[in-house]
Amino acid sequence: MTLTVGRSSPPKIAPARGRRRTAGDPVVAWLFLLPALLGFTVFYLAPTIRGFWISFTDWNLLSEPRFVGLDNYRDMLADDKFWNALRITAEYVVINIGSQTVLALAIAVLMDRLTRSVLVRAAIVIPWLVPNVTVAIVTLFMLDHNVGFVNHILDVLGFEPQSFYGDSDQAIATIALVNTWRNMGYTALLFFAGMQMIPRNLYEAAAVDGAGEWTMFRRVTLPLLRPVTVLVLVVSIIGSFQIFDTVAVTTKGGPADATRVIYYYIYQKAFNEFHMGYAAAMAATLFVILIALTATQMRLLRASSSDLR
Amino acid sequence: MATSPISRRRPRRRTGPGRILAWVALAVLLLVTLYPFVWMLRTAFTGNRAIFNGDYSLIPADPTLINFSRVLGHATPEESIAAGGSGANVDFWLYLRNSIVFTVAIVIGQVGFSATAAYAFARLRFRGRDTLFAVFLAGLMVPPIFTVLPNFALVRDLGWLDTFPGLLAPYLLMTPFAIFFLRQFFLGIPPEIESAATIDGAGKFTVFWRIILPMSTAPLSTLAVITAVFAWNEYLWPQLVGKDEGVRLLNVALGVFAQSSPTSSPDWAGLMAAATLQVIPVLLLLIVFGRRLVNSIGFTGIK
Repeated sequence: MTLTVGRSSPPKIAPARGRRRTAGDPVVAWLFLLPALLGFTVFYLAPTIRGFWISFTDWNLLSEPRFVGLDNYRDMLADDKFWNALRITAEYVVINIGSQTVLALAIAVLMDRLTRSVLVRAAIVIPWLVPNVTVAIVTLFMLDHNVGFVNHILDVLGFEPQSFYGDSDQAIATIALVNTWRNMGYTALLFFAGMQMIPRNLYEAAAVDGAGEWTMFRRVTLPLLRPVTVLVLVVSIIGSFQIFDTVAVTTKGGPADATRVIYYYIYQKAFNEFHMGYAAAMAATLFVILIALTATQMRLLRASSSDLR
Repeated sequence: MATSPISRRRPRRRTGPGRILAWVALAVLLLVTLYPFVWMLRTAFTGNRAIFNGDYSLIPADPTLINFSRVLGHATPEESIAAGGSGANVDFWLYLRNSIVFTVAIVIGQVGFSATAAYAFARLRFRGRDTLFAVFLAGLMVPPIFTVLPNFALVRDLGWLDTFPGLLAPYLLMTPFAIFFLRQFFLGIPPEIESAATIDGAGKFTVFWRIILPMSTAPLSTLAVITAVFAWNEYLWPQLVGKDEGVRLLNVALGVFAQSSPTSSPDWAGLMAAATLQVIPVLLLLIVFGRRLVNSIGFTGIK
């Protein structure tokens, strides 16, 4: 509806409403828009188009780009490291999103049932406010094989010390769980905000019927929270696919390629090996994967909201 | 605090032990959330030797400020090596300053220019408005790594590598999210307020500057805080474009510092002191804007 109004009516309505104001509108509007439009065109739109173009070329940043058609994509599909990177990224996303969502829901329910304290909510969100790089360095120390505090605790409890970041079997799970730790409080606040919209009397009614906390969570909270949950999942899965900072600071893709996620592989191809075309082809593929994922999840969102009505 | 929980607890309180267990669970989660920072702070005040001696007490036996003076460039190379550092010159004052310049510039630029654009999308009439807005929103879908490749080439061709213009350019003028966020708010302002001012002869710009902006301090400051957190966290682009000492950001410097530290006996105390410097501004932000920030999370939902 707004679309039709925006497109067809201004020239017709303009004279009726008083000439000066409406005639000035478009000019003023474009002035208001100019900086943002410049920023969008130069740093979003143009690079997106250029990114696709680069993916069809062979380019090392120094020479002239040479058009090679679909060669980069063909190479990519035959590249074991690319598939490995996708597999590791998927592993990361599953561990990260799974644990993060469960923990965040638990924190949100606990806060919802126990306290409205701003202090508690502020405390729980602190790791999310701290940069990834800092979190990486602090956890590198906390999880150190020799002097790390976590291994100290394991030692006290009678367990063997673990290498975490340094063990190729544990490294990707370690990075995933570190980011779960960083993001769970923030995600919990999103769920918490969603829970505030659930009418309280539903819980009271359930309690009168003799429902316990677990039943209330399963029968009241979860179903009514579903639209919020889907939205949170859409946003956090997209973010999760873009894991880079922690890998770059802690493991650099190692040990033995165990943490070379897709973002990091693209980065290495582009800026360590200067295969810009190949890197762009992988980035374009990631772009398409993310769009497909979002579209699927948005479908689910629509399905779930109509479910409730 | 003593009275209100009792009165509102009554209807849903069920079992005593269950509630205590829930509090314990929340306390454990809070401890797990916060303890790494306590340990970071504790280590920043510890000598490197004490770390490798296996002392895990919460209060270090021999607290020291040497790590802070080392990372702030106040210690001599000899002192630094004696304390377990590399002796290389580090100057986190400079990086801290660079990070603050970077963050403040992005907050002002992004919020300011996004506000004017959001107002145009919300209130002004021009051809193609809604199509353009949809195109802007589509920008949210593009993964940053995809645009980083061409943007790097562009900034290099402009000769902006290792300069603040190069660091700031992709962020300064807009983000689709900021425009979307502010447009939502501007749409909610009753149009009558503006038309009253317009009848009094005020131009669009005056209306925006004198009426809309003062009415919007709450969403603007919320957006400013979110933008500051985002800018303070930024790493991929700054480490690509701002490698040079003069424009190096704290994040980048921390990464370099971590990698220059010997793997056999890392300079943990120095690293934790540097990390503490990175966390302090965040805590200040939380103290000043805590309530606003915490309450705004959830309504924004994105990012």
